[in-house]
Amino acid sequence: MSNEATTLHAHDAHAHMDSHGHAHAHGHEHHEQHFITKWIFSQDHKVIAKQYLISGIIWAIIGALFSVFFRLQLGFPDSTFPIMEKFLGHWAQGGKLTPEFYYALVTMHGTILVFFVLTAGLSGTFSNFLIPLQIGARDMASPFMNMLSYWFFFISSVIMFASLFVQTGPAAGGWTTYPPLSALKEASLGSGLGMDLWLISMALFVVSQLLAGLNYITTILNMRTKGMKMTRLPLTIWALFFTAVLGVLSFPVLLSGFVLLIFDRHFGTSFYLSEIFIGGKALSHIGGSAVLYQHLFWFLGHPEVYIVMLPGMGMASEILSTNSRKPIFGYLAMIISLTGITVLAFVVWAHHMFVTGMSPFLGGIFVLLTLLIAIPSAIKVFNWLTTIWKGNIRLNVPMLFALGFVSLFISGGLTGIFLGNSALDLHLHDTYFVIAHFHLVMGVSAFFGMFAGIYHWFPKMFGRFMNNTLGYIHFFVTLGGAYLIFWPMHYEGFAGMPRRYYDYSAWESFKQFSTLNHFISTVVIIVFFAQLLFVFNFFMSIFKGRKVTSLNPWGSTTLEWTTPLHPGHGNWEGEIPTVYRWPYDFKEDGNGNDFIPQTVPLRDGEEEH
Amino acid sequence: MSGLIVTALVILVFIVIYQIAKASELATIIRGEENVKSQTNRLMAWLMVAFFVLGMIGIWKCHEALIGKMLPESASVQGDHYDSMLIVTLILTGFVFFVTQALLFWFIFRYQQTEHSKAFFYSHNNKLEVLWTTVPALALVVLVVIGLRNWFNVTDKAPEGSMLVQVMGKQFNWLIRYPGADGILGKTDFRLMDDATNVMGLDTNDIAAKDDIIVQNGELHIVKQHNVQLVINSRDVIHDVGLPHFRMKMDAVPGITTTMWFTPKFTTDEMKNKTGNPDFVYEISCDQMCGKGHYSMRGTVIVQTENEFKEWLSKQPAYYTGMLPAPPAAPAGAAPATADTTGAGAVTMAH
Ligand code: HEM
Ligand SMILES: [Cu+2]
Ligand SMILES: [Cu+2]
Repeated sequence: MSNEATTLHAHDAHAHMDSHGHAHAHGHEHHEQHFITKWIFSQDHKVIAKQYLISGIIWAIIGALFSVFFRLQLGFPDSTFPIMEKFLGHWAQGGKLTPEFYYALVTMHGTILVFFVLTAGLSGTFSNFLIPLQIGARDMASPFMNMLSYWFFFISSVIMFASLFVQTGPAAGGWTTYPPLSALKEASLGSGLGMDLWLISMALFVVSQLLAGLNYITTILNMRTKGMKMTRLPLTIWALFFTAVLGVLSFPVLLSGFVLLIFDRHFGTSFYLSEIFIGGKALSHIGGSAVLYQHLFWFLGHPEVYIVMLPGMGMASEILSTNSRKPIFGYLAMIISLTGITVLAFVVWAHHMFVTGMSPFLGGIFVLLTLLIAIPSAIKVFNWLTTIWKGNIRLNVPMLFALGFVSLFISGGLTGIFLGNSALDLHLHDTYFVIAHFHLVMGVSAFFGMFAGIYHWFPKMFGRFMNNTLGYIHFFVTLGGAYLIFWPMHYEGFAGMPRRYYDYSAWESFKQFSTLNHFISTVVIIVFFAQLLFVFNFFMSIFKGRKVTSLNPWGSTTLEWTTPLHPGHGNWEGEIPTVYRWPYDFKEDGNGNDFIPQTVPLRDGEEEH
Repeated sequence: MSGLIVTALVILVFIVIYQIAKASELATIIRGEENVKSQTNRLMAWLMVAFFVLGMIGIWKCHEALIGKMLPESASVQGDHYDSMLIVTLILTGFVFFVTQALLFWFIFRYQQTEHSKAFFYSHNNKLEVLWTTVPALALVVLVVIGLRNWFNVTDKAPEGSMLVQVMGKQFNWLIRYPGADGILGKTDFRLMDDATNVMGLDTNDIAAKDDIIVQNGELHIVKQHNVQLVINSRDVIHDVGLPHFRMKMDAVPGITTTMWFTPKFTTDEMKNKTGNPDFVYEISCDQMCGKGHYSMRGTVIVQTENEFKEWLSKQPAYYTGMLPAPPAAPAGAAPATADTTGAGAVTMAH
């Protein structure tokens, strides 16, 4: 986008802002904009962020509820739960899940949490909210495309939700939906209409992510305010930038994989199918490769895990630094390691496929590349630790979640080193060890990044604080619960206990874990209720929370805290502020403050950073 | 009814928690915000320390409770290498885990904000960055070297004279095929398959197929101290031959043949003694989601002495003899073209 267009756009919004700010002074801001354009088909990045956030929360509740259902089956295989029949009807006749629906629930749980919550809900919320506010822009490069991206996500959500009510049930082949299982109706109930809806929904989801990602990238590259050099961007923005790059480059590959799968399902092609005898007859497909799908899937799938992870890394960096009253340690090293992760994320995908019979030589290459990606991850951990070292640490709720994020990331990251070494993966693949690995490193820790972000930016989003006491309870129950649930799963994995089993009681090798499964399921239920406490806190605080009274309640240096308490569309009332320094100047300003905002010019003789 | 009570209870607990939370917020205002903030800060720092200590105790307790439920000593020679590599990796990562977590929680406590504390402005140090890039890199190199050596060992071609067995996955059990006296797995073609008369699609025009033995009860019989090579594929969707006791795993993919080989160390009976469990059995678990019966796709491995095995094998009839009057042969043009891509073709050549 040319500079000219940028200024034009800014002026537009500016003019709009003035009248808005004016109306605000008179206390009837709602008269100007219709409810529908203000809250539903809004083009304001802050409103779109809230739409993503609330959609994400709703999906998270559904996804988590599903995990409670299937954990009930795993933890109490001999009991019945009549309440499940109320929710699930004939899929849980007499209060016991059918195997078909168990698999449908597992599949939906994965799809919902990975894509709808930790991709759309997470980077959708924070990219939208923070990019314009932290780089000093009035809105996204294309507010309209931004709105479209949300609505594509919305339609995709509706279709996915509808698939839950299909006669043959929703997709049930795992969130990775490997063909031939997902390609052939004869192979599983869930491979019927439910699978078609899944594919359509996911295709629309990809469209939504591409619209969003292109917008984020363009905005960050072109719409920074005066003085906001790339090297003065907060790490949140760097992380969100790389998140978008990963998405834009890898989601199209996933889409192509899905399109080929749709062709195999309905148009008689044989991309993934070959030499199959099922349902009593031999199919005519010859020459396809089931493994091809896995390459296409994981070419997105691995970058996807970093799409989930990077926003949390960025936000944790920001929050750790702010609440340690100390600059992030190794700002440049952090950017370089983010770059390293982004580049390497594209060349490690086949570590998910070590046991597909791939060439051992190729496997070796992927071992090397995979363990290489552990290095930038390690650098980040050491930098976070040094950031809080000799800090002046305020242990408020967002800070605790950021610290929990680091702890969980360490725990889950280290097990990646086992799995990335193909010789060890040979036994651990598709066991509970993998479940433990990615739930700690990606599931829970990305959630912790998200929670940290929500608690931290809630005052900017809604002009109120969330309740602290509830936040503290939420934190300790969730952190403790996460470890209680996932730590013992490493042992089950070492014992070879396969994932995605409906019942282990017939297995001589795995049935000894029944008490453990019982225990884990109990903790799951408790943790689930702790999340409801968060949801409750979130919605109550929007209306009843303690009001924010100062513009910059956390003493942050970044630009979003220079906007009015309730920024309108356009964000700043007057000119957009100019930036003079890097975002982590946590040092004496001479007036008794321990931080210097980015908008304060360098003092005489002061060297930048 | 009980559902109602539980719901009511949950709601009640929520209300109570909420009231406490609200009250504490009010108290903040009455007692002065700064005052409360510093008290809370101290409390949280202590709670984090408590969390760390309890966590470490928890890790120990968890270990005590579960270590007895783990797999017995590896039942294959390759698995021994696996186990020792696992231990090395565990020690290394365990050390890093302990040190980094301890630092994290210690810093939280040590550098908590107090009335007069100040942060130390420290923005970067390139020497440190280099240090903690190279040290992990070196550690990883060690792991990669051990890993790749093991990896190339187990994925290398099976040694001469390995016993050849085909394992074919189908929804939801395992079919096992032995090559018979000629030592060659005859050709198969998926278009010849028939659930009643030709479960694996033996091509009876191939003389090598006529003496092949097919076991349909999921029992894989192999011989102690004798290398065995499994030729793996699938009839329908992707399955996975998981052999936890042997520390091995390989996908079964329709249209593609995969292989794995290993050297069993103990017969099933020996393992029963070793584990003190008379019900002990080596199990084949399907490790790739394959449909509603995935969790019940169970096979067993029976490791026997050479003599026991020979005796067992001699009682197994060739599958061909049980086939009903000659099944319709495949269309002449089509069959040979694909036969080579099935397990049979590849193996005959390898042999
Ligand atoms: C420290 C570097 C990491 C390494 C070396 C690593 C390695 C691996 C490997 C090899 C697997 C495949 C295991 C298998 O299926 O047998 C795996 C699975 C997985 N990893 Fe990681 N990982 C790392 C970090 C991460 C991070 C940061 C995330 C997420 C943000 C993540 C998310 C996942 C997920 C979601 C899976 C499982 C996917 C599935 O099969 O359903 N990993 N990891
Ligand atoms: Cu990966
Ligand atoms: Cu299976």
